[in-house]
Amino acid sequence: MSSTPPPAAGVAGTGPAAGDADAPVLAIEDLTVTIGTRRGPARAVAGVDWSVRAGQTLALVGESGSGKSMTVLAATGLAPRAARVTGRVRLLGEELTALPEPRRRQLRGRHVGFVFQDPMTSLNPVLTVGRQVSEACEEHLGMTRRQARDRAVELLDLVGIPLPGRRVEEYPHQFSGGMRQRVVIAMALACEPALLIADEPTTALDVTTQAQIVELVADLRRRLGTAVVWITHDLGVVAGVADTVAVMYGGRIVERGDVDAVFDAPAHPYTRALLAARPDPQHAGGDLPAIAGAPPSPLDLPPGCAFWPRCPVRGDARCEHELPPLVPVAPGHEVRTFCPGGEDA
Amino acid sequence: MSGGSDGTLRRTLSALRHDPPAVAGTVVLLLLLVVGVAGRWLAPAGVNDVDVDQMLRPPSLDHPFGTDELGRDVLSRVLVAARVSLEVGLVSVGIALLVGVTVGLLAGWYRGWVDNVLMRGMDVLFAFPVLLLAVAIVAVLGPGLVTAMVAIGVVYTPIFARVTRAGVLSVREQVFVRAAVSIGASDARIIRRHVLPNIAAPLIVQTSLSLAFAILSEAALSFLGLGVQPPDPAWGRMLYDGRGFVTEAWWLGVFPGAAIFLTVLAFNLVGDALRDVLDPRQLTVSEANRSRA
Amino acid sequence: MSTGPSHAAGEPLAELDDLRVWFPAGGGVQVRAVDGVSLTVRRGETLGLVGESGSGKSTTGLALLRLVDPTSGHVRVGGRDVTRWSRRRLRGLRRRVAMVFQDPQASLDPRRTIGASVAEPLVVHRLVDSAQARGRRVAELLELVGLRADLAGRHPHELSGGQRQRVGIARALAGEPDLIVLDEPIASLDLSVQAQIMNLLRALQRDLGLTYLFIAHDLAAVEHMSDRIAVMYLGRIVETGTPAQLYRQPAHPYTAALLSAVPVADPKVERRRRRIILSGDVPSPVDPPGGCRFRTRCPQARPDCVEVDPVLVEVAAGQRAACLYAGEAVRAMRGGPA
Repeated sequence: MSSTPPPAAGVAGTGPAAGDADAPVLAIEDLTVTIGTRRGPARAVAGVDWSVRAGQTLALVGESGSGKSMTVLAATGLAPRAARVTGRVRLLGEELTALPEPRRRQLRGRHVGFVFQDPMTSLNPVLTVGRQVSEACEEHLGMTRRQARDRAVELLDLVGIPLPGRRVEEYPHQFSGGMRQRVVIAMALACEPALLIADEPTTALDVTTQAQIVELVADLRRRLGTAVVWITHDLGVVAGVADTVAVMYGGRIVERGDVDAVFDAPAHPYTRALLAARPDPQHAGGDLPAIAGAPPSPLDLPPGCAFWPRCPVRGDARCEHELPPLVPVAPGHEVRTFCPGGEDA
Repeated sequence: MSGGSDGTLRRTLSALRHDPPAVAGTVVLLLLLVVGVAGRWLAPAGVNDVDVDQMLRPPSLDHPFGTDELGRDVLSRVLVAARVSLEVGLVSVGIALLVGVTVGLLAGWYRGWVDNVLMRGMDVLFAFPVLLLAVAIVAVLGPGLVTAMVAIGVVYTPIFARVTRAGVLSVREQVFVRAAVSIGASDARIIRRHVLPNIAAPLIVQTSLSLAFAILSEAALSFLGLGVQPPDPAWGRMLYDGRGFVTEAWWLGVFPGAAIFLTVLAFNLVGDALRDVLDPRQLTVSEANRSRA
Repeated sequence: MSTGPSHAAGEPLAELDDLRVWFPAGGGVQVRAVDGVSLTVRRGETLGLVGESGSGKSTTGLALLRLVDPTSGHVRVGGRDVTRWSRRRLRGLRRRVAMVFQDPQASLDPRRTIGASVAEPLVVHRLVDSAQARGRRVAELLELVGLRADLAGRHPHELSGGQRQRVGIARALAGEPDLIVLDEPIASLDLSVQAQIMNLLRALQRDLGLTYLFIAHDLAAVEHMSDRIAVMYLGRIVETGTPAQLYRQPAHPYTAALLSAVPVADPKVERRRRRIILSGDVPSPVDPPGGCRFRTRCPQARPDCVEVDPVLVEVAAGQRAACLYAGEAVRAMRGGPA
């Protein structure tokens, strides 16, 4: 499909990912986030590592409470005040955790773009979309008002909004849900970020609109070489957007690898159960192989494998009491379980 | 109310405990309640014991608040007058609550012409300056304690109607209300079981704040001679009577004035604290956090 | 009728006949949420109603309980025309037709216990005559939906999302309804919990002989749950048929586009597939396009689509589509140049 216009001049260049193309844009190591709550500390994220390179999409998959969003918020310094974050985060080679907050904010604003679930709450209802899209350009690229407006038109055009010259003067309520999300994406891309973080960007949208946004982001990534971290609970979306996948459960990565490897040979019982629980048009009828119970609360995680209480394989006492390490099952495919492969199949 | 309100109550109390102004306000209100009930027995002298030998005496051990121009003990009169203030406050706010909540429920639930008629009526009442309206009502009904209560009740009715209507309008859009309609519950049941408990918080806050204003209004009416009639003591009336002696007998105005001030302040402190604790948005956030955790 | 539903569906239980539900939207304009919908729900079947936001699918569901007032047309339940019933009479209807809502957290009164919520239909319709009987029935209902009876004393916030939705289902079952309108019952649940709820709904249907109107935007779920499916777009039904028919041979371009937009959890399929990306957005239901309503986004729109408002016509046994070029347009979309 090619409904989006060709890249406008000045937008097509890759971001600031200078030098080594293989160096990760964002790399996190041993990231742990503990949040103080009234009912005690909640370990939202525990020892998470991953990295994403320019032009690549990493999908973080998980259910509510899996820690997928918190991982990214903490990595970019947007975790809530009550959160204690440890671990290392490198953005374009700079160690973020070592930097003072103003510098960190500056780096984040310049090199990271964010797209959240609900486009309406990401937009200020009393400012024109043009002002909002170009605000970052004025702030970080030192553009004048005039230059910024031209840039806003360019960006709206880039994300496929028709008549950008006119719509740049309109307000968010004059846009439909899908068009608003395009505006938010334009905002996120304003400074030609090296990294785009998309947190459930299509969850609030209809399925036909979701298809549009998925295509748009894939297309922009190809043309701009942006690294993308796409957070979602929808395995179908993952299959469509991701190069690599990290499946999270109970605050940890339970499986990660190349998207084909994970979908072809899911090694963790949770991943396998999730894939099996989806209704499949090819095999209609009968009960679905549902997973019993509900995802664990970060306040009350089991000592061993977090999935153990719900696991259909239900290994031995080791699963219950000992945390399995994340080990390779194939090149570029790792899993955190004592029961890898289709032993239950 | 159901167990859910108990949970709210417990949370409310524990939150209030950690709020010093609210604790102070609560203590003052409790004292006031004791004085209001037992003022007659606490008073060292009768309220109308005239003693021509003891006219306009400054505070002393015999008369801690001094005496007035008829030699009556000011402390005793302030203590006994507390009952009047409380009575007027409770009865007038009770009237306002009953009428206002009914009007607000009907307007918010049925909307349309019911809403228009009722709320335009409330707007008319609301448009008058509070005291002017009360004075007008007293002028029609004649001065006295009961009239003052009715007048103040009428004056504060629109506030309750508005608070209630706003609450009903937001609660009626909640899915659980639609769910109740979907199982065939009657309007009366839905209002009683689902709407009222969910708008109780703002009403409680409004009640405590209105009590303060009602007591102030009573004082003002009595000050104007339209409330409690002499020789019965009332704080506002005492203030009025003392205004002629400001230079030579400051205690005549200061003590009833201080009583009014403390009472209104206490109700306001408690009301503000309740507003913070019962703020529906805060409840929603904490509940959301708990359900997520 | 070889392509019909696998099990014989019973007599019509609920019918909508040329239903229109228009809402005033200020400024004298009307939102045409439902604009000429006819459908029949047969006893014992699950009719899936699928569409995107603004398609009118939820309003259609509400109309079956008469929770909205029809602008024109008829609503019949159990053979009786309930279109003009009084509020009082409708309360009886709402025992026969129950509803399960999308967000189980929002649909339970936060201040009432689980037991009180489940018991409400029993109280409202005076189905039990003592507190003991009520307690027993609540325990029975909770166990029926796979919950422990002792949850009756808890409040909604103490339960997980899946448990709350089970409570919503128990409440819907309390009045022993014939028909349950399920309005996006799994949309706000965690993925691993959705399958549990779908299995529960199917088991209950089997055991209690229930009839469902299953409203959802998730095509895969609708396909899994339904005996027949109706696809809605902008206040109209554009296609009906069995799940197999709609999946294999969609006749309406919108159905085909919807199907192609649903992501499949298989990266190889995703890379190979040709999505039919619809341009633009759903037009405003205040002023729907003349002629075919889908023509403004239809990749196969032709000149006479502007002129003619297509009606549902049979394209195969049990399958009907409202498209002047039914079948042909879809073949062109799938085979022709993108």
